[in-house]
Amino acid sequence: MADVAYLPGLPRMLPALLPADDNSSPWRFPQYFADHFSEVMGWLWAHTWLSVVPVIAGLIIALPIGWLASRHKWAYPPMMTVSGLLYTIPSIALFVLVPPLLGLDPLSPLQVPIALTVYSVALLVRVVADGLGSVSEETLQAATAIGYTPVGRFFTVELPIAVPVITAGLRVAVVANVSIVAVAGTIGMVNLGLLFDQGFKLSTDTPYYPPIVLGLLLCVLLALVLDLLVILLGRMLTPWRKAVRS
Amino acid sequence: MIGNVLRWLNDPDNWNGTQFTTGIWAQLQTHLLYSVIAVLAALVIGLPLGLAIGHTGRATSLISGLNAVRALPTVGVLVLLVVIIAPHFHGRTSKGYIIPTLIVLILLAVPPILSNTYAGVQNVDPAVRDAAYGMGMTGPQVLWRVELPNSLPLIFSGLRSATLQVIATATIAAYVTLGGLGRFIYDGLAQQDYPQMISGGVLVAALALIADLVLALVQRYTVSRGLTKRFSKSTVGGAVAADLEEAGVEHT
Repeated sequence: MADVAYLPGLPRMLPALLPADDNSSPWRFPQYFADHFSEVMGWLWAHTWLSVVPVIAGLIIALPIGWLASRHKWAYPPMMTVSGLLYTIPSIALFVLVPPLLGLDPLSPLQVPIALTVYSVALLVRVVADGLGSVSEETLQAATAIGYTPVGRFFTVELPIAVPVITAGLRVAVVANVSIVAVAGTIGMVNLGLLFDQGFKLSTDTPYYPPIVLGLLLCVLLALVLDLLVILLGRMLTPWRKAVRS
Repeated sequence: MIGNVLRWLNDPDNWNGTQFTTGIWAQLQTHLLYSVIAVLAALVIGLPLGLAIGHTGRATSLISGLNAVRALPTVGVLVLLVVIIAPHFHGRTSKGYIIPTLIVLILLAVPPILSNTYAGVQNVDPAVRDAAYGMGMTGPQVLWRVELPNSLPLIFSGLRSATLQVIATATIAAYVTLGGLGRFIYDGLAQQDYPQMISGGVLVAALALIADLVLALVQRYTVSRGLTKRFSKSTVGGAVAADLEEAGVEHT
């Protein structure tokens, strides 16, 4: 036990992690949730909305761009470079850069969804291009041979075959968004990130865990649920995969 | 607004700092210091582990477990660790904030490096590995001379995404009162000094882009040309590569 003397923080840290009767115990998060129910549910709803809508908007924008990149070989490298560069910009920096670039107020409620849409587009362009590129040449020729028009072929042959790859990209985008939205809480945007903000501000002298633990739990749950929904959606859109598997 | 941002970025006082403020150079140093420590530590942890798991094929469940960690919001983990650790440090020290921040940064950087190293070793063409063993190479020799060089492209992509995440999260560290370029974003926000806030965003974005560019250059000169197929047209190898490319061999 003599070694403990070299870790002065440890003996005091351990009881802090164990269940205690005081209100600041990490296990008091259900209490905190109950006390601030309507407020937290509002943040959860905002968080969900901010995680989902930009991905849908991003997919709608990424589909034609990705199609162009998969169709024309010359368009692929520059588009991947641009989307890679956009994805390189840290989220907090993009949040503050969006308003001046678009001429909005420095703190506009639109800056977070716009920044997240930019990320989703950057991620999904590559995914859509690679997914469409994975459709085999034989399939394309067969579809053309039995009389599909280019547009009909795209929506009824190429896109469905690319669904598994696109779904994989959507899963990454949605889960990443849940985490990035929380970052926006640190600049005062309304979402579950505010729980971390509150926890931090209420922990000036002694730790106050409930909002932080609640925020972590709700964020992870939200990410898991949205991830699952994307998986289910992918399965619904590709019934033939299930038929082959069983 | 853009004019004000340029004016802020052009002010030498903002770069060198004044008696009352810390300048951009000093904050950049702090930001780089945290980032480099975190990425190096993550490399020391992730690279050998990834190589070992990929080479032996054992403990692969560790990889899928790590990917689940990615659902955790970084800000939340950062705040939680700060709140747990900071009260145990007293007086004029920022250790209580630096230690949890570094832990979070390392936790963030290990998964991409580890899983990409593992995937890189896994994706080495089995024929290449068999040929190496067939030539009489021992296990460690195959790992060092065949599997490691062949997995470098994926290792680099892991290292680059780890670096970007570390730089981005080191920015958020300013929110828990630490230094770094994020200081300008959060101070600008608190003081409603929007040119300062937006300049902070410009600086952080520039740092991330430059860091990625530097790593891309390092990658270019360390990854074998046999893998990247970048041959100069004048050499014999270039001619062969061009022929192969025409024959569509690079798609196999």
